[in-house]
Amino acid sequence: MYDRGWSDGLPLVPPTKERVLRMLEGTSRAGDEIVALMPPNLVECTVEKVAVNSVMAGCRPEYLPVVLAALEAVCTDEFNMHGILATTMGVGPVLLVNGPIATEIGMNSGVNVLGHGNRANATIGRAVQLVVRNVGGGAPGGVDRATHGSMSKLGFCFAEDEEGSPWTTLAEDRGFDRSVDVVTAFCGEGPRILVDQQSRSAESLVRMLAEGLLASVSPRTVMGMDGLLVLSPEHMARFSDAGWDRPRFMEELEKFLMVETDGILAGVGGIEEGLPPALAGLTLPKFRPGGLLVVHAGGPAGLFSAIIGGWVNGQMGSEPTSREIIR
Amino acid sequence: MTEPVTVLDPTSEAAPGQRSLNPRPAELEGLTVGLLDISKPKGAVFLDRLEERLTTQGAMVRRYAKPTFTKPAPVDLRHEIATQCDAVIEALAD
Repeated sequence: MYDRGWSDGLPLVPPTKERVLRMLEGTSRAGDEIVALMPPNLVECTVEKVAVNSVMAGCRPEYLPVVLAALEAVCTDEFNMHGILATTMGVGPVLLVNGPIATEIGMNSGVNVLGHGNRANATIGRAVQLVVRNVGGGAPGGVDRATHGSMSKLGFCFAEDEEGSPWTTLAEDRGFDRSVDVVTAFCGEGPRILVDQQSRSAESLVRMLAEGLLASVSPRTVMGMDGLLVLSPEHMARFSDAGWDRPRFMEELEKFLMVETDGILAGVGGIEEGLPPALAGLTLPKFRPGGLLVVHAGGPAGLFSAIIGGWVNGQMGSEPTSREIIR
Repeated sequence: MTEPVTVLDPTSEAAPGQRSLNPRPAELEGLTVGLLDISKPKGAVFLDRLEERLTTQGAMVRRYAKPTFTKPAPVDLRHEIATQCDAVIEALAD
């Protein structure tokens, strides 16, 4: 299977007829139903093809609805999977799962949430990428010519810790009811950890998070790239102890995410990269309105949060995209 | 001997249409050459220089730009270039 070009580099589970039929039992959808036009070759992708690749990725049948919804999300014009695949920047679809299905299929939202050790987290994102590779024809060295690539190209999927969060979930923030199963695709790189082990007040921690976020992608980008902040439970506790809900947190955070453009113009500080002179003298937000997604996940101990930098946003690039998961 | 395992095909089972490039023109005199800017910074710097050199060699130059470098060129734009030009040069970036 590796020699046929089907693998992402890791071993695959052989997609025998029996395994694929068992995989298809995970969805109520017909095997010949078209899920999406798969970039980059824009070929029709059936539920069955998704099942074949999900077997190879190591998914259990109950993960299949999440894989299908994730593919529907990434194969939209607004998410722009073609561009994400083709860009030299090392970004890929970061998939966040909300709703009861996350717990039911055993997804991890706690210890090592962005790391290893959980079958659902590890294989759902991988299955999505295998479909893009095998059905869409998007493989590294071909259409995918990323300079460095990142783990988000191998498969990056996790769940929000909803139970332990005092806030509304990301999916609720994006207009879904808490009882609905939702996958949200965000175009992002791998996570970087932001350390703050000394802040004991919400006022201090929010400033520190903002400092870290200002460097997301590059300290010299404003509004053009989105971001995803994964707040750990111990960091979240600073805000819940202070009585801050999600809107209050965002309001406070945004105050410290304002950037004086004069400090990041091209040429300032001896650095040729930067904003054009026409943008001098302005104060702009680091992220466009709605361009920073915030979720709660991670192990119970550890005064860290994680920042996942995005890519070109909006109509010019990629829009974070959510889809309801149909079982 | 173990029994061979039959696996299902994970690919689209359809090869994308392959089209070969037109032969390289022997000379540029009298040809129309399209210059496609993908809209990344400094692509125009490269294309401006190419336009100068192509014009010197007797080619007529038409300039085009993708709306954004992050997405494939729209079908209409590709059609426009294909019908108006004898050759095209696409400028990448930065």
